[in-house]
Amino acid sequence: MMELLLFVAAAVRISVPYTLGAVGAGFSERGGVVNIGIEGMMLNGALGYVLGAWYSGHATLGLLAAVVAGVVTAALHALVTVRFRADQITSGLGINLLAAGLTKYVLVEVFHSSSNSPRVPGLELLPGLAAVPAVGTVLGAPLVLLTALLVIGVQWLMFRSVFGLRLRSIGERPEAAATLGLSVTAYRTAGVLISGALAGLAGAWLASEQHSFTDGMTGGRGYIALAAMIVGKWSPAGAVAACLLFGASEALQITLQGVAFPNELLQMLPYLVTMLALAGWIGRSVPPRAVGVPYDPELG
Amino acid sequence: MTGPAATAAPAGGPAAAPRAVTARPRLAAALELAAPLAAVALALLAGAVLIALAGEDPLAIYGSILHACLGTGYGFGQMLFKATPLVFTGLAVAVGFRAGLFNIGAEGQLYLGGFAAALAAVALAGAPGPVQLVGALLAAAAAGAAWATIPGVLKARFGAHEVINTIMLNFIAMQLVAFLGRYAYQPGTVRTATIPAGAVIPRLDVWFPALHGSPANLSLLLGLGLALATAWLLFGSRLGYAIRAVGLNPAAAEYGGIAIGSTHTAALALSGALAGLGGVNFVLGYKQFFEQGFSAGAGFLGIAVALIGRNQPLGVIVAALFFGGLSYGGLVINDRVPRELVEMLTALVILFAITLQQVMTRAARKLR
Repeated sequence: MMELLLFVAAAVRISVPYTLGAVGAGFSERGGVVNIGIEGMMLNGALGYVLGAWYSGHATLGLLAAVVAGVVTAALHALVTVRFRADQITSGLGINLLAAGLTKYVLVEVFHSSSNSPRVPGLELLPGLAAVPAVGTVLGAPLVLLTALLVIGVQWLMFRSVFGLRLRSIGERPEAAATLGLSVTAYRTAGVLISGALAGLAGAWLASEQHSFTDGMTGGRGYIALAAMIVGKWSPAGAVAACLLFGASEALQITLQGVAFPNELLQMLPYLVTMLALAGWIGRSVPPRAVGVPYDPELG
Repeated sequence: MTGPAATAAPAGGPAAAPRAVTARPRLAAALELAAPLAAVALALLAGAVLIALAGEDPLAIYGSILHACLGTGYGFGQMLFKATPLVFTGLAVAVGFRAGLFNIGAEGQLYLGGFAAALAAVALAGAPGPVQLVGALLAAAAAGAAWATIPGVLKARFGAHEVINTIMLNFIAMQLVAFLGRYAYQPGTVRTATIPAGAVIPRLDVWFPALHGSPANLSLLLGLGLALATAWLLFGSRLGYAIRAVGLNPAAAEYGGIAIGSTHTAALALSGALAGLGGVNFVLGYKQFFEQGFSAGAGFLGIAVALIGRNQPLGVIVAALFFGGLSYGGLVINDRVPRELVEMLTALVILFAITLQQVMTRAARKLR
């Protein structure tokens, strides 16, 4: 029983950055903007956290800086794809490359190291809840709790609020939404910025967990988040389920270490599941109709 | 090319009017062509700010990069070596773009191509030399093509978007090679056995002593040859016509009797073969064995190369040299400015290029 709880706790903790990234990406895509740049926004968020925590000495200010870093990175994506209507996939890839370069550049210029930052404070566990056996590291972690609240909040925001309805309509038929007087530009920008804020939080979680920034520390988690969003069919609740599945598969890898089962095959799992979902073998996964298509009123 | 169109534009009296009418579309075309060049210029300008922030002189840094690439034979060879895989992956991405497909999987295809080339070469160790080389090249192309065919079939058969699938397949390729490496690597290492002599692609310094010491090899020539072949294929063959027609307007192409699904699959297979062959530069031409993680972004850079090369084989070669020079230049300036400057420059070129493309196309549309 204890071992099972420990396994669940590990799976949940692993899935935190995936969940934040996936739920965020969903907002961007539901509005019609593909966001391959989650990885870069996470990476900049992680660096933002470390810079904020380093200069202020407070983890909470690190958290704030991470969100700002994520949002600023997302603003660049919005500028290129929404304002200038450039190709969304290429912009996302460019943002990932920019973040990879920028974070290392700053690491060298600020901390004079090409591999890692000095140790910074991490977010403390909440004293009472952290004492719970086995799952204390989950129940007592402020960012896990915040993520859980956010998921419930954004599920409501996307499917029960006026904003969500309008955002989704713009991701399906922007010209129809524009006819009703909605600003496609404003809603799409909002969707992209929300994805940046959440990706920044994901980066903060990673940096806070290891108390430092290391070169390329997101290690493809932004892409796994994207995969989870697809498997979860572009809904926050679905994304959480997919993230927990991916988290469990990773926790299993750690458990199975030393056993004669090749880890590489387990590591393929999230990617294979995503491909199967896209091919329609795990229930049809259909993207928003207008996702990836820049909205140009002149072309109608 | 831009000169005559630009000077003919100002229209004075009635006599000049007809000339102005023909000049406007030409000015429009020039605007569209100028986008990649302007993107490079703006990225270098933004890079200059970053260099200045690091307390260095931008002109001196850029000068060092230029001198490193063009000032010495060794540096020139290094630039050629770095540019070689980019020619392959740039062509791969360009072929995909021509069919309206975004092959983000060139990275994984190149990686598997290099792995397959090494395995084939080692397996053919007992065969005559030319058989070793041809076998290794074919293995590289086949591995890349097979890997790229997967998203092709998934798209044709299930309508699954190739962008996500090629990204996923990049990660799966890394894990697959790591898994197969358990059986294929030398004990205690993450590399294969050294390939037999017959499969080695000779270095260029055998013929050009000035390049001495640089790993530039005949893979470059293979890449240039493939650029020519790709140009013929795209613009002179039936398949190329189908690829371009599907890329420009799938509905019209289908109405004209072209099967969209099989054209997409063929374009991706071709794209994958090109990317897969890109792996031989490092494996057969330089290290003479496969080493885990060798691809180091060459596949992703192919996207920038295709973008700046405007999906033209000749443009791809020029862009590959530019990015190859940048990536070697980064190593040279590393003691003054972090070499990641180059990564940022590449990213900025990409972002500026796609933005300016929109701006210029829009301006051109107004001119026409």
